[in-house]
Amino acid sequence: MNAGRLVGRDVARVEDAALIRGRGRFVDDIAPAGLVHVAFLRSPHAHARILRIDVAVARALPGVHAVLLLDDLRPHLTDTRLVVALPSPSYRLDLHRPVLAETEVVHVGEALAVVIAESRYLAEDALALIEVEYEPLPAVADCDNALAPDAPPAHSWASSNLAAEMTVAYGDVEAVFAATPHRFAETLHIHRGGSHSMECRGVVALHDVVEDRLTVWSSTQTPHTAKRLICDLLGMDETRLRVVTPDLGGGFGPKLIFYPEEVVVALAARLLGRPVKWIEDRQEHFVSTTQERDQTWRVELATDAEGHILGVRGDLVHDHGAWTARGVNVPQGAVAAMPLAYVVPAFRMTIRAAVTNKVPVTPVRGAGQPQGVFAMERLLDRAARELGLDRAEIRRRNLVSAEHMPYATPLKTRGGIPVTLDSGDYPRCQQMALDEIGWAGFAERQRVALAEGRYIGIGVANYVEGTGRGPFEHVSVRVEPSGRIMVATGAAAMGQSTRTMLAQIVAEQLGANMANVEVITGDTAAAPIGIGGSNSRQAVLAGSSAHVAALKVREKVLAIAGEMLEVAMGDLEIEDKVVRVKGAPGHSVTLASIARAAAGQPGFVIPGGRGPGLAASEEVVIDAMAYANGTAAAEVEVDIETGAVTITRLVFSHDCGRALHPRIVDGQLMGGIAHGIGNALYEHMRFDDQAQPISTTLADYLLVTATEMPPVRILHMHSPTPLNPLGIKGVGEAGVIPIPAAIAAAVEDALSPFDAHVCRVPLSPVDVIAMIDPVPEGSA
Amino acid sequence: MKPAGFAYHDPQTVAEAVALLGRLENARLLAGGQSLMPMLAMRVAFPDHLIDLNRVEGLDGITVEQGVLRIGAMTRQRSIERSAAIREACPLMTEALTHVGHLQTRNRGTIGGSLCHLDPSAELVTVAAALDATIEVAGPEGQRDVAIADFPLGFMTPALAPEEMVVAIRIPLWPREHGYSFMEFARRHGDYAIVSAAALLVLDSAGRIARASVTLGGVGAAPLRVTTAETALVGEAPTPALFRAAAACCEGIEAMEDPQAPAWYRQRLAAVLTRRALERAWARATGEAA
Repeated sequence: MNAGRLVGRDVARVEDAALIRGRGRFVDDIAPAGLVHVAFLRSPHAHARILRIDVAVARALPGVHAVLLLDDLRPHLTDTRLVVALPSPSYRLDLHRPVLAETEVVHVGEALAVVIAESRYLAEDALALIEVEYEPLPAVADCDNALAPDAPPAHSWASSNLAAEMTVAYGDVEAVFAATPHRFAETLHIHRGGSHSMECRGVVALHDVVEDRLTVWSSTQTPHTAKRLICDLLGMDETRLRVVTPDLGGGFGPKLIFYPEEVVVALAARLLGRPVKWIEDRQEHFVSTTQERDQTWRVELATDAEGHILGVRGDLVHDHGAWTARGVNVPQGAVAAMPLAYVVPAFRMTIRAAVTNKVPVTPVRGAGQPQGVFAMERLLDRAARELGLDRAEIRRRNLVSAEHMPYATPLKTRGGIPVTLDSGDYPRCQQMALDEIGWAGFAERQRVALAEGRYIGIGVANYVEGTGRGPFEHVSVRVEPSGRIMVATGAAAMGQSTRTMLAQIVAEQLGANMANVEVITGDTAAAPIGIGGSNSRQAVLAGSSAHVAALKVREKVLAIAGEMLEVAMGDLEIEDKVVRVKGAPGHSVTLASIARAAAGQPGFVIPGGRGPGLAASEEVVIDAMAYANGTAAAEVEVDIETGAVTITRLVFSHDCGRALHPRIVDGQLMGGIAHGIGNALYEHMRFDDQAQPISTTLADYLLVTATEMPPVRILHMHSPTPLNPLGIKGVGEAGVIPIPAAIAAAVEDALSPFDAHVCRVPLSPVDVIAMIDPVPEGSA
Repeated sequence: MKPAGFAYHDPQTVAEAVALLGRLENARLLAGGQSLMPMLAMRVAFPDHLIDLNRVEGLDGITVEQGVLRIGAMTRQRSIERSAAIREACPLMTEALTHVGHLQTRNRGTIGGSLCHLDPSAELVTVAAALDATIEVAGPEGQRDVAIADFPLGFMTPALAPEEMVVAIRIPLWPREHGYSFMEFARRHGDYAIVSAAALLVLDSAGRIARASVTLGGVGAAPLRVTTAETALVGEAPTPALFRAAAACCEGIEAMEDPQAPAWYRQRLAAVLTRRALERAWARATGEAA
């Protein structure tokens, strides 16, 4: 793929100068004079009725400005619930969560009171002085049990725990299964934890009484959504509210959700007339930031005798958590991802989302797709084993091939848009990974190792990921009278180099000097509309808008310069901050003077004939998703005495179309791969049978660190998508998607002498030992 | 995660620190702070007074004299890890320290802090038990010695009166030619061990085991000497089968249970790590391993 002057090259990131020097500005760095601090009282019960709350003693504590309950907030709110669910006909219960719990708490960590004090220390002191009388109610701790007929309700008013149900189906599944003897069934338990961005959530709100304007800085991936919801809930005129996403220490999904704390802090700043700050600590993060958690898949694959897929069917039970904080998009995305890499003639999956007394579930990097891929890949491994086929070969026979592209599947996205795989060569991508890891020679290596008493195994998994969810992202490009190029977007940077990406694309067209480009992300005052960060979308959507806007501004710059220099536009080039005649660099005019000319003078005609101003604003609409793909191959060694799994090699081959910045692509993939290793072997958000969380520190919840990372080899293919002008596909989530499936397959292969069968992730060493040498139930 | 209020005290001498302990109700000593500070921040500890030992004179230092290693209570874990004298005289401790937390926490963490915090899986406490250490304790009446075997009263509870503090640990050194090994199994590097095993062996001139020490961390409420295994080893010629038999003594030991690991898994790990540690210690005693 041809690189431009900047696009496609490993240019220096514009974010680094500030971040490396410790000069980033994260939400906790924002400290207006007069700041007061917030702490939330959170439920210690998974499910309880609130009988009484007494805040008198807490309010009397010196240094406490206010202790507020929902009743205190109600007069200032248009609604006491957050109505945020994505549209879907599948809902069976309305589960809009309250701004603060009032009569019933439904998960540990649910907020029911807010303290505002001179310091966070004092605010936490006051929390301890609030008296709450709870009547504990039966808690729903497990999504499978939640749907049993005799299960207690997770909400006392609800008739059942079925939050939503839907079926994704095409083809004659029953006929296909009836007609073949080759059917393979699995029951799979797939757990994903949280996202655990290094920076937890946080909100600062500042009410300017002079202008009656409220500014809210929130560590959110979606500032425009936050603005709309705060305006709605507080009944505010849009011109009175600005929401800004400052530097983010990671988002990874949960920060795209709108949270009760955001509206409470915004309201508190107006009520108190003081700037207010709430910074979530890690313990709060474990019990109040959304997670992904548990799914149980009962699935079946039908093939012919040669392993060609005939159909897939089954049902999925999904842990929805206590409230609908986003929708059914996680299980829906999981099911949609399941067949995507392969030709699957008939498909039927039923989804049931079960209410549990736990933190709401919303997307974490991968958004269900790792689970769907895990289910499909486990079925293929099972079929290969029983049919006596090589595990890579059964995949090769079923992968959508390059000749099929574009391949219209019978599936539709959640918005009803047809799923058409746009580009790529999946079999070749798989072959690259197999060649790199030495798949063909592995059986011999495994035999030799086994003779030495070492248990090694290999696994492979494919994924296809819908990236760049539309419809648009806003980007404006403007050349200022100073000659500086200002770019503003609704995209929100959360650490994935969004500003670099946009500066590259804009500077490519306007002088190739990224230092002359200022990018403002995630600020509702700078971008009138925006969707924000999610779904591996910002390079695709904001990148496309930036590209088109930059081309428009370039056209105007050249038109004006042509008139000023009296040469044809085609003879001009933009270099750094000047436009010059090709071959005669001395014959030039600066961007600043062009911008001044375009700004107009009273009574004079603007040169260039293209109207005033040197600006363009774009919302390129791309409804169809760009489908990226890849293959992970993992080699592991298992210590059969301790259950330790060591990943000895990991190969990741992938195709994200054109890579705007290859090192950033590698970085995004590597982060995703680390997350995938965590989901395969380490990260486990544990709850007891009363839905009490029992892994609420980073000593108990094991994130992958540098010492757990194996050697990783990333291989690239570049099949540009025809769906956007730059040919790009998203890459922010890709790394995580196939890793648990590949590692599970490798562990199963390593333990093949024991006939081990991996049907769950994460796999702890205890789980591994239990597969090799099960300990009878109840024994010591 | 902000501590509740407490009064801060900054004594300069052990006598001042002990006097403060005697005078103040609900006081805690602050050593390296690597466990206490998070406990304060999570509000699981609520001392009214914090007595900072970081400026107390004479509490740190490492000496080796007449076959005894003495380490001051406020000696940083990192200093111990990097001490050439300890690497030479007591390599088990050096090896164990590579498993203690992370470099950053070892820069602050102290041996006295580890001993008094008394986490069941703390490597330094396991090493102290393996080496029959003596804890030097200062109190209002002066100083007394506590054998490591008597030091833990129970889960995370040292045998210290409220007005007492640990000032040093003394370790009788093993003969220069002993073999040693410290092994542990943790989920990630630097995590608390699920189980750790320390083994020391001395061979006699005939190559038989003259002396053995086998200790498990992370299994019981405090580190455990596995005397049955030691008895099984002493007087015998070392063989893989002997080590396997000695390690099997660990399988019946009552083990803790937590969300990470059930008791049966800890028992298995205890046997596996003990066997591996003994094999390693043997290889070192015979000069076949570094």
